[in-house]
Amino acid sequence: MSRPGFVLEVDDRTPPLIVHSGEGFLLERFPLGTRVVYPPEALPPVRDVEEAIQNALLNPIDSEPLPELLTAGMRLTIAFDDISLPLPPMKKPDIRQRIIEAVLTMAADAGVDDVEIISANALHRRLTPNELRDIVGERVFRSFFPDGKLYNFDAEDRDNLTHLGQTRHGEDVEISKRAAESDLLVYVNVNLVAMDGGHKSTSIGLASYKSLKHHHNSHTMIHSRSFMDHKASKMHHSAWRMGEVLTQHVKVFQIETTLNNNVFGGPLEFLQKREWEWSLKDQASMLATKRGLAAAPAKLRHKIFTDVRASYELTGVNAGAIEPVHEKTLEVVHRQHLVEVQGQSDVGIIGVPYLGPYNVNSVMNPILAACMGLGYHFNAYRGNPIVRKDGAVILYHPVPYEFSQLHHPSYVDFFEEVLSESTDPATIEAKFEKQYAEDPWYIHLYRTSYAYHGVHPFYMWYWISHALDHCGDIVWVGANRKTVERMGFRSASTLQDALEMVSHSVGRSPSITYLHNPPHLLADVR
Amino acid sequence: MMLALEMYRSPAKYLAAKAVGGRIPGILTGPAAPLRLVTINEPKAEREGWARIRPILSGICGSDLGMVTGSTKLYFSAMVSMPFVPGHEIVGELLDDCEDLPKGTRVVMDSVLTCAARGVEPCEGCASGNTNRCDRITVGHVAPGLQTGFCQDTGGGWGNVMVAHRSQLYAVPDGMSDERAVLTEPLACAVHTALRAKVQPGQSILVSGAGAVGLFATLALRELTQAGRITVVAKHAKQRELARAFGASDVVAPDEVFRGVRRSTGAFRLKPEMAKEFLLGGVDIAVDAVGSKDSIDTVLRVTKAGGRVVLSGMPAAGSDLSPVWFRELELTGSYASARQEPNEQPAFETALELAAKAPLDGIVGARYPLYRWREAIDHAHSAGRLGTVKVAFDVRAS
Repeated sequence: MSRPGFVLEVDDRTPPLIVHSGEGFLLERFPLGTRVVYPPEALPPVRDVEEAIQNALLNPIDSEPLPELLTAGMRLTIAFDDISLPLPPMKKPDIRQRIIEAVLTMAADAGVDDVEIISANALHRRLTPNELRDIVGERVFRSFFPDGKLYNFDAEDRDNLTHLGQTRHGEDVEISKRAAESDLLVYVNVNLVAMDGGHKSTSIGLASYKSLKHHHNSHTMIHSRSFMDHKASKMHHSAWRMGEVLTQHVKVFQIETTLNNNVFGGPLEFLQKREWEWSLKDQASMLATKRGLAAAPAKLRHKIFTDVRASYELTGVNAGAIEPVHEKTLEVVHRQHLVEVQGQSDVGIIGVPYLGPYNVNSVMNPILAACMGLGYHFNAYRGNPIVRKDGAVILYHPVPYEFSQLHHPSYVDFFEEVLSESTDPATIEAKFEKQYAEDPWYIHLYRTSYAYHGVHPFYMWYWISHALDHCGDIVWVGANRKTVERMGFRSASTLQDALEMVSHSVGRSPSITYLHNPPHLLADVR
Repeated sequence: MMLALEMYRSPAKYLAAKAVGGRIPGILTGPAAPLRLVTINEPKAEREGWARIRPILSGICGSDLGMVTGSTKLYFSAMVSMPFVPGHEIVGELLDDCEDLPKGTRVVMDSVLTCAARGVEPCEGCASGNTNRCDRITVGHVAPGLQTGFCQDTGGGWGNVMVAHRSQLYAVPDGMSDERAVLTEPLACAVHTALRAKVQPGQSILVSGAGAVGLFATLALRELTQAGRITVVAKHAKQRELARAFGASDVVAPDEVFRGVRRSTGAFRLKPEMAKEFLLGGVDIAVDAVGSKDSIDTVLRVTKAGGRVVLSGMPAAGSDLSPVWFRELELTGSYASARQEPNEQPAFETALELAAKAPLDGIVGARYPLYRWREAIDHAHSAGRLGTVKVAFDVRAS
């Protein structure tokens, strides 16, 4: 039986606590009285994954069983969540592989020949063939990839996009032509956190810039409070409206999966245990890891973390109509991540880990670090943010000036050109977004190399707009001073310095909440 | 007799400066400098149209520094007469009447020693108003010298007295400060550069370098043409600030040129094997205002096919001309300034207009008496880093 999450109040007996900080971690002593939000322990997995998948496909929610939807001569498209999920990537076999294999078996039994499999990467970078293979498995890859039947979605391929119409709010719904013209679209999702899944899967994952710009903008995102609660998120409202239009045109069979919190295994297992419960072995692992990382050259350290594969286990799989399936999914996600927190605090503390959705097999550049801390972890709440309005957020990350020219070419320009002029999301959006979105070089790299779309760094900045609007002060501990200054933040050497720096807005004895994340958690702030 | 700085022939010092000047900058203003402070006879203004001038301020130009550091090409050695008193960026006071200009008039000088100054029949260049293209710069009654400041007979601005021909002189308007007036010559060169660039309305321009040449070229391009986006490559903070004040749309650091130009023009960026990157696409016009191999390589590689590259700085050897061939670039030189520019007036008159209205206060950032010439040259060498655009000799204080 796994234990639920809880809120620890730091007292004299509390040991130093783990704080993630990029490709490393710290052991930090927090001020007495600090609230530390621990995620629930990993939920028990389903006993038989294959059986669970079969059961979901044969007994779907508000839908005919999948075999009844499959007929010879039909056009079947299978879309799946791209490499941005789960984080870290899971050990093989990937849950998407298992589901896609099951769907393909049923399709073969029904005599379906016209099958295409699409990575729903929207404006994310294309996946390399190896990355596709890791997700769908060797068998599917070999059967579909060489014939061009397994591929990345290309949001800039005008000939292969279909405009399905507009929502009642005038939002364009433009998605993959193949998906739009299929007799059945099966979407295979990994619902790692509460913001994933639902109508967000298809109407975002397979959409073009023309469609995405209606909800990926500063106005919508500042009013998405939070992204982790689709009922209170304007972005999700828009995606849901688009989903209504989409499902009027396309029959979608949604398959959503949930994973438990088994993020770190092997020598890094101590990272998901509570510090006072560390065994001697855990303490030794922690010491060895800490010393080893400190001594390791940057490249080796990067490789160590890049190679981490999570031991995620399946906690649920639901299939059928999008909305009821997603409600079921959220129940499990909430059971795994929700932690009740009583009231907001003056200061929120967040350790930004080495990995976010957009730097898998890459580097976390300053904009992604900001997005991870202020976009994802800050928004990991339901109800109210953990920090009061005009409170302070203190983040841990080295924020090095480091960019991947391969994956994030427009990020470099965004950092140098756009942020040097303004850090205000609305100003940036008005002045620069179109230029970047239509830059032929970025489009070329997005389509032919492995680059995120030119507009993607803008979206990252919009992700943090709610935090920018809500917080009075944002300070990074241990960060490169120049890079955080460019982003409009401040840098401190230690937590004590950071608290000193924010004291003018929150006083000398602020209430503090530290989100002990990852493993993932969702603060249910009452 | 007068006090002057004199450039003299010394192959040994030339070679020493060339060999180690880059690594030991101190040697350039020390033992390796082919420059000396001397007391010499004043130059004489005996022919008609010539008059003596007492320089007030005399700027230190990049070409002057090039001679001291041995970086000037031997190509030019046939067009100078040693020893000579350098200094061609001057504002001075007439010591004699000079045709219509009475004694005491403050003047600036177009330093090119043309057919008119040399008393010979006008060559093709001079006859057409392109006086900077004069073919007679080594003949006539004046010793060889492409400009005043490189000629034995005329003296130069780095001395207490010099001579100039009426055709070279322009009266400084009343009310214009000496600090502005001394910038007229480099501004005239910038005017010439801007007009040589033949800018069409809305064209994008890159100016590589934000020393005096680059900044003034930026100013002239903005004031005299309908250029669209002007991107300036600037290394130092003060240069960046001034580039914007002079009309740059954006400013990039030298290591950001390819990124910045690519972004602003939507070009494609390619990285060849073991060679410097380049753009397919890029700016319509690039102006090199540095003259270094690196700067010239850069402007050639960020100019779009069929575009124009204007060499405003004295060019170094060794640049890769592949883009000129492959991208069919138009390579244009820009030397000094002409009496008849495409805007139908002498570049100096346009320059005086610019000098009167442009934000040039503080551009002459340091003034030294002649006897502190080593410090002055040192300062001019590091002007960009020290936040100075123009260093000048305060000749009257000498």
